[in-house]
Amino acid sequence: MKLSYFPGCTLKNHAKNFEDSALCSLAKLGVEVEELHRWNCCGTVFSLATDDLIHHLAPIRNLIRAKELNSDILMVLCAMCYNTLKRSNERMKNDQESLDIVNDLMYKEEVKYQGDVKILHMLEILRDELKFENIAQNVTKALKDLKVANYYGCYLIRPQEIGFDDPENPTIMEDLTSVLGATPVDFPYKTECCGAYLTVKKPDTVVERTHQILSSAQSMGADVVAVSCPLCAFNLDQRQKATVTKYPEFKHIPILYFTQLLAIALGCPEDSLRFDLHYIDPKPILKEKDLI
Amino acid sequence: MRINISRKTIRDPFVQKVEELSGQNLLACYQCGKCSAGCPAVDDMDILPNQIIRYAQLGLKDELLESRAIWVCASCMTCNVRCPKGINIAEVIEALRQLLLRKRKDHVEIKELTTAEKEDVPPIALISCFRKFTS
Ligand code: SF4
Ligand code: SF4
Repeated sequence: MKLSYFPGCTLKNHAKNFEDSALCSLAKLGVEVEELHRWNCCGTVFSLATDDLIHHLAPIRNLIRAKELNSDILMVLCAMCYNTLKRSNERMKNDQESLDIVNDLMYKEEVKYQGDVKILHMLEILRDELKFENIAQNVTKALKDLKVANYYGCYLIRPQEIGFDDPENPTIMEDLTSVLGATPVDFPYKTECCGAYLTVKKPDTVVERTHQILSSAQSMGADVVAVSCPLCAFNLDQRQKATVTKYPEFKHIPILYFTQLLAIALGCPEDSLRFDLHYIDPKPILKEKDLI
Repeated sequence: MRINISRKTIRDPFVQKVEELSGQNLLACYQCGKCSAGCPAVDDMDILPNQIIRYAQLGLKDELLESRAIWVCASCMTCNVRCPKGINIAEVIEALRQLLLRKRKDHVEIKELTTAEKEDVPPIALISCFRKFTS
């Protein structure tokens, strides 16, 4: 299986642990991945105002890059990029007039976009293309005894038209966690917003949410929390620094990308996990469980 | 708080502009309050999401454009997936922000961000913050 791949900005720096662990896992599963040659930032958020067509250029330009690779399926890892690319694509597919304007604005592109690239999140590829049961057969180190709270946040599952699971009670990450041999723990805050970009000007809001979300996961017995979005990862991991200052009784908990758990289970080397990028070090708990 | 409503405010072009920018039919809302019940940001809001819709129906332009609520909404879409009338509340709030941003009334001044605010923050946070809070 061969896929074209859009990384997005943060996977090349702060979230290199996300990218490296995903690419190593996919290679172990026999998937060939080709990164788009000349991609640009997707804009991070889908343009919600009806007349704001100019902000669709960034996502759609990336889909033109996929067409240039003769690829009709584009894989995305970051939940925000996924949401932005997918929603822009849906708008263009369903609204010929907007598509014509967007193509006109990009008149220097040789390829005219026609709405025909399919955007898939890596979780969908694991579930629907590779199939969880086949992944189970490739597990060389089952994540035995590891209790994982799976945090979805907003953009993987909302709005429901683009989400690939139930917007109120998604289970795709729990299902993957089980396949890897770990124990998923359910918790009521798994789809509650972490505060996203409010982290820049209103970090206190994010501290409140981080405290709520992580305390809830801990009360259900979680050892680690798994995420799929670099902004959630930043808020839930780095903002624990300020959370402890505000709530001294709060105990740290490591945040991992679902791809890092997958990579461990598939036997990827530790340098693909890039634990140096974490604020809360996941190594002690993983060592305790004999996983690294 | 005392609020005056009149035919004049209800017919203000502001109402139509909000409907246009958001693509929503404001009068579809029957004030069940489900959007506010599930909104993670209500603690910090001066006007709750269902009130935002009601105010917009009534053309209470100043109350809406001067509210703090429109800047603490993070477009998490929880209200949208729950509204029994299919109203996209997040889009209505976006329309209100846009009305200000399009007059160059930025909510975040990039030049004034402190080192502490920028330090260690990943590109995904800064770019989304600028996309939402600047023109
Ligand atoms: S959930 Fe929908 S119908 Fe109910 S108050 Fe909110 S916008 Fe109105
Ligand atoms: S989109 Fe905004 S108003 Fe709606 S639930 Fe989320 S924060 Fe609240």
